[in-house]
Amino acid sequence: MIPSGDYIRILPEIVLSIFGMLVMVIDPLLGENDDRKSIGVVSAIGALLALGATFIMAGHPGEAFYNILRVDDFAVFFHVVVILIALACILMSFEYLKVQEIRQGEYYGLILFGTVGMCLMSSAIELVMLFVAIEISSISTYILAGFRRRAAESAESSLKYFLLGSFATAFFLYGIALMYGATGSTNVDVIGASLRQGTPVMAYLAIALMLVGLGFKVAAAPFQVWTPDVYEGAPAPVVALMSTGPKAAAFAVLLRVLFGTAAPGWFWAIWIAAALSMTIGNFGALVQTNVKRMLAYSSIAHAGYLLVAFIAIRSMEQGVSAAMFYTAAYAAMNVGAFAVVSHFASAGEKYVSIEDYAGLGRRSPVLAAVFTVFLLSLIGIPITGGFFAKFYVFRAAISSSLVWLTVIGLVNSAIGSYYYLRLLVMMYMKEPQSDESVPSVPFAAGFAMAGCVVATLYLGVFPNRVLQFAIESARTLVH
Amino acid sequence: MNAASLNPMILTLVTFLPALGAVLLMLFPRRARDIRWFALGISIATFVLSLHLPWHFVNGHPGFQFQVDHQWITTPNIHYHIGVDGISLWLVVLTTFLTPFCVLISWKSVNDRVKEFFILLLLLETAMIGVFIALDLFLFYFFWEATLIPMALIIGMFGHERRIYAAVKFFLYTMIASVFMLIAIIWLYAHTGSFDFVVIQGMLASGKLVIPAHVAQWLFLGFFIAFAVKVPLFPLHTWLPDAHVEAPAAGSVLLAGVLLKMGTYGLLRFNLGLFPELARRNAPWIIVLAIIGIIYGALVAMVQPNFKKLIAYSSVSHLGFVVLGIFSFTQAGLNGAMFIMLSHGVTTGALFLLAGMLYERRHTYDIKEYGGIATPMPIYASFFLLITLASIGLPLLNGFIGEYLVLTGSFQAKALWGILAASGVIWSACYMLWFYQRVFYGEVKHEINNTLADVNVRERTCLWPLAAMALIMGVLPMVWLRPVEPAISRVLAFSTAQAQSAAPSTMSNVNAAAPVAAPVAAAVPTHTEQENGR
Repeated sequence: MIPSGDYIRILPEIVLSIFGMLVMVIDPLLGENDDRKSIGVVSAIGALLALGATFIMAGHPGEAFYNILRVDDFAVFFHVVVILIALACILMSFEYLKVQEIRQGEYYGLILFGTVGMCLMSSAIELVMLFVAIEISSISTYILAGFRRRAAESAESSLKYFLLGSFATAFFLYGIALMYGATGSTNVDVIGASLRQGTPVMAYLAIALMLVGLGFKVAAAPFQVWTPDVYEGAPAPVVALMSTGPKAAAFAVLLRVLFGTAAPGWFWAIWIAAALSMTIGNFGALVQTNVKRMLAYSSIAHAGYLLVAFIAIRSMEQGVSAAMFYTAAYAAMNVGAFAVVSHFASAGEKYVSIEDYAGLGRRSPVLAAVFTVFLLSLIGIPITGGFFAKFYVFRAAISSSLVWLTVIGLVNSAIGSYYYLRLLVMMYMKEPQSDESVPSVPFAAGFAMAGCVVATLYLGVFPNRVLQFAIESARTLVH
Repeated sequence: MNAASLNPMILTLVTFLPALGAVLLMLFPRRARDIRWFALGISIATFVLSLHLPWHFVNGHPGFQFQVDHQWITTPNIHYHIGVDGISLWLVVLTTFLTPFCVLISWKSVNDRVKEFFILLLLLETAMIGVFIALDLFLFYFFWEATLIPMALIIGMFGHERRIYAAVKFFLYTMIASVFMLIAIIWLYAHTGSFDFVVIQGMLASGKLVIPAHVAQWLFLGFFIAFAVKVPLFPLHTWLPDAHVEAPAAGSVLLAGVLLKMGTYGLLRFNLGLFPELARRNAPWIIVLAIIGIIYGALVAMVQPNFKKLIAYSSVSHLGFVVLGIFSFTQAGLNGAMFIMLSHGVTTGALFLLAGMLYERRHTYDIKEYGGIATPMPIYASFFLLITLASIGLPLLNGFIGEYLVLTGSFQAKALWGILAASGVIWSACYMLWFYQRVFYGEVKHEINNTLADVNVRERTCLWPLAAMALIMGVLPMVWLRPVEPAISRVLAFSTAQAQSAAPSTMSNVNAAAPVAAPVAAAVPTHTEQENGR
């Protein structure tokens, strides 16, 4: 008999699933050519309710369903981040779907189901459950990536993401199997206890395979090759989602698995992955002419900065909390940046090259100013969340004497500022190439952008509360 | 109302009034004319407010005054800790003093995107003041980076032909260099648990924090690179001529007048304040770079066909004197360095204003395009002559005092340095006077120059205060030096104490520290020497 308290511990997931199904039910009732905005509104309400449910869930910490889930501050943190990301993506999709003439209501349903997967990823402590959660989130995003089905690149994006993604999950599954063989359990706590007793060689192999799988999900080098193509072809709001949501969730999994099991032998693996991701991401982004591709490389670089926090082993609390803060800040700025890109792209995603942004500061000063906030945050300029995110990560690194990695990281971020700067230069210092006026931002998308601006600045000026929360939840995680 | 009751909040007011003005500007006025007047009003109000600082400054007190210390962020332990001492006092006032002129010089020359321009200018002012008053390393870095964006945008949006190249170069140079400072700051925090400059200095002085020698050298270099790029010290100066030439007049004034001083201020405050012993050990090669800068800057200035570039290279030369003075570790040298920072701010600021005025009329900086300008523009020519002489260092004008003190100080430290640096004084006379002759004297070579109008009322309003200041500073240097001296003595005393306490522990640096330590003692009576020198 499952105690009824257990259901409260998956309340956000239940709410999201119900609304996801509701969306599927309402969709056929609407006419073939009707706007799907009403469905969007329903799913936005669903996301808001799920957010409320998260707070109810937060009041009932503990394990659920025979130890396969654990609700703690750590899980709550990622629930909030992931649901907010989903909400912002839903809001910016209203306009996008209309402009691109996409009339499938499943779109919103898939976002909601994907969010369920991401939420579960952050609370699962059972490797098999984790695998299921990852699959729920991944399959939704595979389909979402191909939603501009009339565009060849969208199909390419979806197929590439699917093929490589399934390889990666297979690796992850192999890892789970080997870990079970090595320790006789798939529960993170039990594995941790058993690994502390002694580490069989098989466990190293298991961790390595799991790192491959998760490395793919977070787009860390050397498993990053898919990213630019997939981001380029997928619909812009979907890229906003998949560059932040599943990534945040995958980082949550990494944190839980690596720190929860005190997994062996990952220090140098992550060291190299971090250094490679930062370098490949930044240098790759330098030569891009397409904004979406550029942001794809930039997201690889940011995954690299984030990984630095993982190996701050001498100050694990700092490292974990820095990583958590980074995911939140990165979500705010990157979702915001893609909200601008998705609005500006217009029908058929026509305007996505950097040249198209010439003179945006004149054509639409407010949109340009909003984009500027996100770009400055991505560079890591003070008073934006991006600055504190980098700051906390590198502080944790220096506390653990990772001076070389810090130097690599910060030099990288200085080099990286060049390509964001190129966009700023385009917007403010070049003359507009066309007289076509930029359409004004509709309410929902504007709301999403405003929310991201507020979040980015809030994290940049008053980082305290979020960081405190992260530190407390880190404490429960690393014991 | 008792004016002294303002003391606790005056610094915050002075710092954030321009930013507040920028926000209001964003929201309210629409017409270009209103925007200009509003910006002028705000910048003048800031200047008037900032006069409260020297007025209520306690002269004999070497420590920080008007301090405010609030916790801003708990983890990490970041404080809103601000305050001024003799070193930063006048730099704050210099910033607020120059900004109204920047508004005035941009009155006509900025016609497009007026609102954006003045918003950026006011934000820049806040950030620059913030750099000088921040006593929390984090806050300092925050303001330091915050100057970068408005300045890069001012150059990139309102500059001349190659503005984008110049703006990007400026941004990247500064950004990459300041990253090393950030690493050093984070290291200090990780090992002290505090960003507070005063706290960290106290821990170093009391021996609570002992930085291993090899780490300390890297930390020193981390700070040094960030500041050296800003100064700019040879060979990191290449961004400067580009930025200056392409920037609009107001941008050049602030760049030369204030932004470069952020570098020398940083060297003085942080490199000497936190790593005095290393500063002494590294002094020889830094001084060599400074002297190369002095001579190289002057020689390159001489052959420039573009007069804005000429002034830019002259800045490289003058700032070389400042660095030389700082690393001479003598009271006279450091006083002189402080004085050059101020006087260079006034004279070079004025030179760039004058350059901007000529550019507004002819739209070229090419010296060949001029000649005989004194005939159509006699008043302009007289102002230019006065400022030129001040820049060369004619006695009774402000340039002289600083250069004299620095040369005295460097002679005390090592005669060779003084001799080499002194040649810079001669070079500066060469390039400035030759330049003056080519532009102002002789026949009017180009017909169009006969029609140039002399300075109008608005321009005269800019020039009179600066010209008067050049003279006053030259005649009454002690007014400026009096608050500076105790703070400088404190820096020196701290560095001497640190060097002595460190000397027995590390045998290798006894030789390095000893020769410079001796003249320090000799430098104590410099107070009277200066009076005689005048």
